[in-house]
Amino acid sequence: MAATKLKPVDAVVVGTGVAGSILCMELANAGLKVVGLERGRMLDPQHDFAMPYVHDELKYDRHSDIVQNLSRETITFRNTPNETALPMRELGSFKPGECVGGAAAHWGCHAKRFLPWDFEMRSQTIARYGKNQLPQDCTSQDWGITYDELEPYYDQFEQIYGVGGKAGNLNGEIQPGGNPFEGARSREFPNPPTERTFLGSLFAQAAESFGYQPYQNASAAMTRPYTNLYRLMLGQCLHGGFCSSHGCANGAKASPLTAVLPALLKHQNFELRPLANVIRINLDSDQKRAVSVTYVNARGDEIEQPADLIILASYTFNNTRLMLLSGIGKPYDPVRNEGVVGRNYSYQTGGKVTLFFKDKEFNPFIGGGMIGTSIDEFNGDHFDHAGLGFIGGAYLAAQDFGLLPIHAKLMPPGAPHWGSGWKQAAAQHYRRSFSISCHGSCQSYRTHYLDLDPTYRDANGLPLIRMTYDWHENERKMSAYLTEKAAQIGKVIGPSKMGVSPTPAKYDIVPYQSTHNVGGVVMGPDPATSAVNKYLQSWDVPNVFVVGGSAFPQNPANSPTETIGTLACWAADSIKDLYLKRPGAMV
Amino acid sequence: MQESPDQHAYGYLTRPEVRFLDAALARLIPADELGPGAKEADVTYFIDQQLVSAWGTHGRNYRMGPWPEGTPQQGFQSRLTPQEIYRAGIRETNIHCGKQYGKVFEFLAPAQQDEVLRSLENGTIELESLSSKLFFGLLWRNTEEGFFADPIYGGNRDKVGWKLIGFPGVASGAYAEYVEKHNVPYHAEPVSILDIQQQQVKVDAQGYPKHIMLNQPKQGSRDGGH
Repeated sequence: MAATKLKPVDAVVVGTGVAGSILCMELANAGLKVVGLERGRMLDPQHDFAMPYVHDELKYDRHSDIVQNLSRETITFRNTPNETALPMRELGSFKPGECVGGAAAHWGCHAKRFLPWDFEMRSQTIARYGKNQLPQDCTSQDWGITYDELEPYYDQFEQIYGVGGKAGNLNGEIQPGGNPFEGARSREFPNPPTERTFLGSLFAQAAESFGYQPYQNASAAMTRPYTNLYRLMLGQCLHGGFCSSHGCANGAKASPLTAVLPALLKHQNFELRPLANVIRINLDSDQKRAVSVTYVNARGDEIEQPADLIILASYTFNNTRLMLLSGIGKPYDPVRNEGVVGRNYSYQTGGKVTLFFKDKEFNPFIGGGMIGTSIDEFNGDHFDHAGLGFIGGAYLAAQDFGLLPIHAKLMPPGAPHWGSGWKQAAAQHYRRSFSISCHGSCQSYRTHYLDLDPTYRDANGLPLIRMTYDWHENERKMSAYLTEKAAQIGKVIGPSKMGVSPTPAKYDIVPYQSTHNVGGVVMGPDPATSAVNKYLQSWDVPNVFVVGGSAFPQNPANSPTETIGTLACWAADSIKDLYLKRPGAMV
Repeated sequence: MQESPDQHAYGYLTRPEVRFLDAALARLIPADELGPGAKEADVTYFIDQQLVSAWGTHGRNYRMGPWPEGTPQQGFQSRLTPQEIYRAGIRETNIHCGKQYGKVFEFLAPAQQDEVLRSLENGTIELESLSSKLFFGLLWRNTEEGFFADPIYGGNRDKVGWKLIGFPGVASGAYAEYVEKHNVPYHAEPVSILDIQQQQVKVDAQGYPKHIMLNQPKQGSRDGGH
């Protein structure tokens, strides 16, 4: 059946998460007629995230319809290239979104910038330690863009998402109370930092005894009522927990649903089409120009939407998959170490230390909104890696997540798995424990990549994306080193019991870890090792831009969301200021 | 043995399956001096309701083959749905008990029941249709869910799971006052979504319940069930 062909528009944006919503807004503001295509349904926070129904751990941990419905589409996974990849049949390690708002509808609000070092980690590592410091199979690389170039866009994103924090470095001057290791900021955060809680102060005091400099996490859950850059009002976070994995009942969590869409949906230049699952970008006969996208709508009809400009802004897996399904860019081949699409898939790791007390209570259900205290002494290259046998690092943090009873309660090492002993341990420890987490970087490696699965298909009959991924010795060494540092801090706090959980031997797709999947359509200065240039523009088809976590050449320690939004701000400005004036390859 | 009248209308489980689960749950989270256990919390009914829901037939999970066994890191790869796992797992565990002890699971002594559960957990019992580890893993996961999920799902009766650990349920709008109070335990009568639906609890203008504070137990003492 021939697809119904619609009238052309100026720009089509695929995906309405953190990146897509900002791109739609900025391009509509620039006068372009923009259509946003979203595979999932519309979400209305007032009704979808209403009290008391949103305070439901079972639903949002396991059964939520705001995360990807695997019955229609999933990924396949194997640890190594010589295994057969099998489908991820139920959600576990990560929770991609599937509605308007994307995964950011249920994000944890940790809004950190990357470090200046992160963008140039390969060249700086070689300059400081020599080439042998990098593992032999490590394909981590510089981003082709610097922190200084992105700083105005970090600032823009923080004004949209109402990020609360205390600057540690204002225009190069170190500020007391902030993170002294952060990149220079052009101005203070738009909102004040979170308060320091009981466990945060215990962690801070212990960290200070080693000479470390603790600071409050930057949070995109409002620390006061806030009116953002798009003149939208966000409410103050009540720290009621039910935060990460959940929607927010009082509009305090900045997300596309609260910080962009209410303004975007009123924009005369914008049209949102939910339940529009894009399956392909169509190219012209010489494969140099994209002419349209094809999507399947809710009725199952194929619709073709022509556009001058096509922007992929969906999740890492889907950005990579649509590039492969559309034949844009050379697919990565790990054997020949050639090609770019699917190359440098990466994730997040680091380990944690759990502390159990007899005489201290932490009200673990009070929290969320990323209220917490961190140190940055072991992030990036802030410590001397000479002789350590690894690169990368982590921020160490003690956070009040709002721990929920089914899956987030902490149990000490050696506690019985069930029975009376289990019951006793659960009763004793839920209110009297917390963890110090090492939120660490992951480098990219030659055999960690995404491609199309040869066997398993989605509901449309198209091949699933296949992930080949495992923990690398570099990350295991890093994690062992960092969890030891966290344990030293933990010991000073004086728990009665402590558990130390570094990165395990093998990556396991079953337990939830983080929705921080990155790479596959990475940005860079060289078309031989990147799929998009520094403007997020395809090297091969210049009217296609690919924006998202997919652009990260490897994963820095800090959480990805703020940089995903920042890359969207940067790409939007680059399109407005450069591309529209002279359409064509920008590099 | 006299059968007590049914408390619930079970949507999937048969009566022998209900008896098996009641017996297993009484060992997994027993009633003891800390308070009621999983059986008393109606976790059997919770599991039944989960099996009736879309989850019980893998409504949102990927179901297409082929189904090789895979590695542990690749996760769930059985072609059975949760409904089918419970049906086969219970039946085949009872067959094992019959061979081993001459009785089905519910009639074994508690120590024997624990031995069977441990062997399922370790995968040392060979079941015909599925790995015993898979069956036990699902049973324990659902037990924990049923003990701590909102009572709206049929388990956690009288919020006994939340009372055991001191979790207050649906958050109050007044937590922010406690954020900067250090080592000041917040003890409240737990509030469930069910309580709010049934108008048992007052809510504020934003829909957050007003918590009724409990007398704080002595510093460092365990939170009792009741």
